[in-house]
Amino acid sequence: MTRKAKRLYSIGAMVLVVGAAAGLVLTALSSSVAYFQSPTDLVKNQPGPAQRIRLGGLVEDGSVKRDGSSHVTFRVTDSVDSVPVTYTGILPDLFREGQGVIAEGTLGPDRVFVADTVLAKHDEKYMPKEVVDDLKARGLWEDGKGLVQKPEKTVSAAPAGAGS
Amino acid sequence: MIVEIGHFALVLSLSVALVQSVLPALGARRGDERLMETGTIAATGGFLLIAIAFAALMTAYVTSDFSVLNVFENSNSQQPLLYKFTSTWGNHEGSMLLWVLILAFFGALVALFGRDLPASLKANVLSVQAWILTSFLLFILLTSNPFQRLDPAPMEGQDLNPVLQDIGLAIHPPLLYLGYVGFSVAFSFAIAALIDGRIDAAWARWVRPWTLIAWIFLTLGIAMGSYWAYYELGWGGWWFWDPVENASFMPWLAGTALLHSALVMEKRSALKIWTILLAILTFSLSLLGTFLVRSGVLTSVHAFATDPTRGVFILCILGLFIGGALCLFAWRASALEGGGLFAPISREGALVFNNLFLTTAAATVLVGTLYPLILEVLAGKKISVGAPFFDLTFGPVMLPLLFAVPFGPLLGWKRGDLLGAAQRLYFAAGSALAVLIGVLAYTGGTRILTAFGFALAFWILAGSLTDLFLRAAFLRAGWRTGVSRLLGLPRSAFGTTLAHFGLGVTLLGIVSVSSFQGELITTMAPGQTAEIAGYTLAFDRIEQRPGSNFEAQAAAFSIRRGGVVEANIESSKRFFPARQMTTTESGIWTHGFSQLYVSLGDPSPDNRSIVVRIWWKPLVTLIWLGAVVMAAGGLLSLADRRLRVGAPARRSRAQAAPAGA
Repeated sequence: MTRKAKRLYSIGAMVLVVGAAAGLVLTALSSSVAYFQSPTDLVKNQPGPAQRIRLGGLVEDGSVKRDGSSHVTFRVTDSVDSVPVTYTGILPDLFREGQGVIAEGTLGPDRVFVADTVLAKHDEKYMPKEVVDDLKARGLWEDGKGLVQKPEKTVSAAPAGAGS
Repeated sequence: MIVEIGHFALVLSLSVALVQSVLPALGARRGDERLMETGTIAATGGFLLIAIAFAALMTAYVTSDFSVLNVFENSNSQQPLLYKFTSTWGNHEGSMLLWVLILAFFGALVALFGRDLPASLKANVLSVQAWILTSFLLFILLTSNPFQRLDPAPMEGQDLNPVLQDIGLAIHPPLLYLGYVGFSVAFSFAIAALIDGRIDAAWARWVRPWTLIAWIFLTLGIAMGSYWAYYELGWGGWWFWDPVENASFMPWLAGTALLHSALVMEKRSALKIWTILLAILTFSLSLLGTFLVRSGVLTSVHAFATDPTRGVFILCILGLFIGGALCLFAWRASALEGGGLFAPISREGALVFNNLFLTTAAATVLVGTLYPLILEVLAGKKISVGAPFFDLTFGPVMLPLLFAVPFGPLLGWKRGDLLGAAQRLYFAAGSALAVLIGVLAYTGGTRILTAFGFALAFWILAGSLTDLFLRAAFLRAGWRTGVSRLLGLPRSAFGTTLAHFGLGVTLLGIVSVSSFQGELITTMAPGQTAEIAGYTLAFDRIEQRPGSNFEAQAAAFSIRRGGVVEANIESSKRFFPARQMTTTESGIWTHGFSQLYVSLGDPSPDNRSIVVRIWWKPLVTLIWLGAVVMAAGGLLSLADRRLRVGAPARRSRAQAAPAGA
């Protein structure tokens, strides 16, 4: 084999491996990433049953209900709309009413969000960044001050578009 | 007073670093030995000054001096003494100080043990180290001063984040930083070689031990962090593909590739340009990791800082070093001469294969980590990339590499015999096949992927031992000669075997846990029992108990098998009043290599029962033990006489000996 042929082969192999990896990355990016949505977004949009979603907002005051087993229901609100969430498992230590939370899962046909992962903050000073950005956009949060205005309890899960 | 001394020492170290940035490089250009020699003094002196600063901060923590803002925010007088020490780096400012301390430490090591280096190379290396040091010292002094005073001083501090009050935290950050920052030496060597326009096999012999040291620490640091997350966060997972974990994993992948390519360069003086590029990329990924973790663009337990000026500052450092290094590389790399030729099927070819797949794997992790950030900046969309993405991309890229691991050491340099290597691997292939059939039979033919996973793990385990076994020639020469031959083999041969064996061990643990893990979430009241994996877990009692700076609600369980009590474990919830925060302490029973893991959830509304999550994790400890074995392999390689730091053949052994440590 000549030096040139060798170089061609090695470049070919490299292109093959990198190309295959790029293909995998593109497929995975289109199918297996989760989109962040606020309760308002979720009420407005109609995501497919298989679409993974990160629902972020505040745990609505007085909405957490445990049925005595490991099954929990609560509502996530962004002061405009709220979405009911069910979850089976152990909630994080810092999961509290009125605090920021991110629930990851899918929206069921009955419009109840089925979460398989619930993330709360790691620290009492910390709020999930997506939630902060969303609250900031609504004027409920200021840098350095935190939550300036408590979101009011939403009366009911407003039908699409009615709340805004 | 001590705090001010620390602050002053830190400022002084900046001016020393500035001197070290300029004079040695200037000396190397002019061929002035006295100027070059200033590097040695500056590097050691700078390290001592930063050590003084670090000691001063640590003193403030240990004595709970709440007149220092940093101490007030991250410590509490009730904390156990150990956590007062570790609080020093359990916050943004302190951990950056630890970062520069370790950077200066490596600089001083090069200065002290680099006596045999060509003077101009050493001078350039020390100057490049000082450039990095200067920028990070500026970062600390301008944006993250740990010595800021608070007046009037409060009576009590705000306590360290409770999830960080753990022995794992005492060890994990220093280990990880030793790894991260250790790659700066390889980076400096690469830049110095580019400046010099000269690079040879001796250069590779110099770089390899430093890379090995960094790699060993990074391996241990990642494993330690993974184990800490496993037992402290109470989720029972050992890897979450969290961006912060990826930030440490990418330099590891690139560093592993660098170790292998430096081998080719040292032995056959081929792949020079590629090795230089890898050295630059590896440290660039370390810097990127520092940026991701320290800038507050990510939200995680590691992201203490959310001050945007800090993020911009580190981004500038990042751009400057990565951009500058790559420009220099583009400009000068063509000046470096190509090296020895080799056939595609050869040891070199196998190592190129290794490099190709490792860097591609690192690239997929990089895409998965950065894509959400870039998408948010450009399109304003927020997405999260998690385990499903990495299972689809990282996994398939690693599979061919894992399969190829046993072949590498069996191929000859320059021209290898693939068929011959395959024939010599008959024992490994046989054991893999036996495992494949065994697992298929055990699961009734339903778990094909699992069976292949186990087979691959045993293929690597047996395959990595094959090389040693054949070299000792046990079959031909009998076991007595075999053992003596085995002992006569160079330590680096054992290092390779052990590191590859460790990889197999980790893989075995991963496959076993992901296929046969048992999980149970249930509500239990004292006196009740639960069944998992053939064990009976009895909830004996729950009690309230005061701790040093927390209140614990401790639940005692006993584990029985066939009515006999095997072990007692305790799982608890700790409430830290200073931060109004609760943490979960999981109860873990280690049985052989497997673990039974119990973590507590919330009590029921009537407070009689509590949610309990129980896992049976078969062979889970192998995941971390494998990493320890890999690191031990690295250590053995490092101890190889051939690779001792500063042992070029032309100098006397006596002078080089102390450098071997």
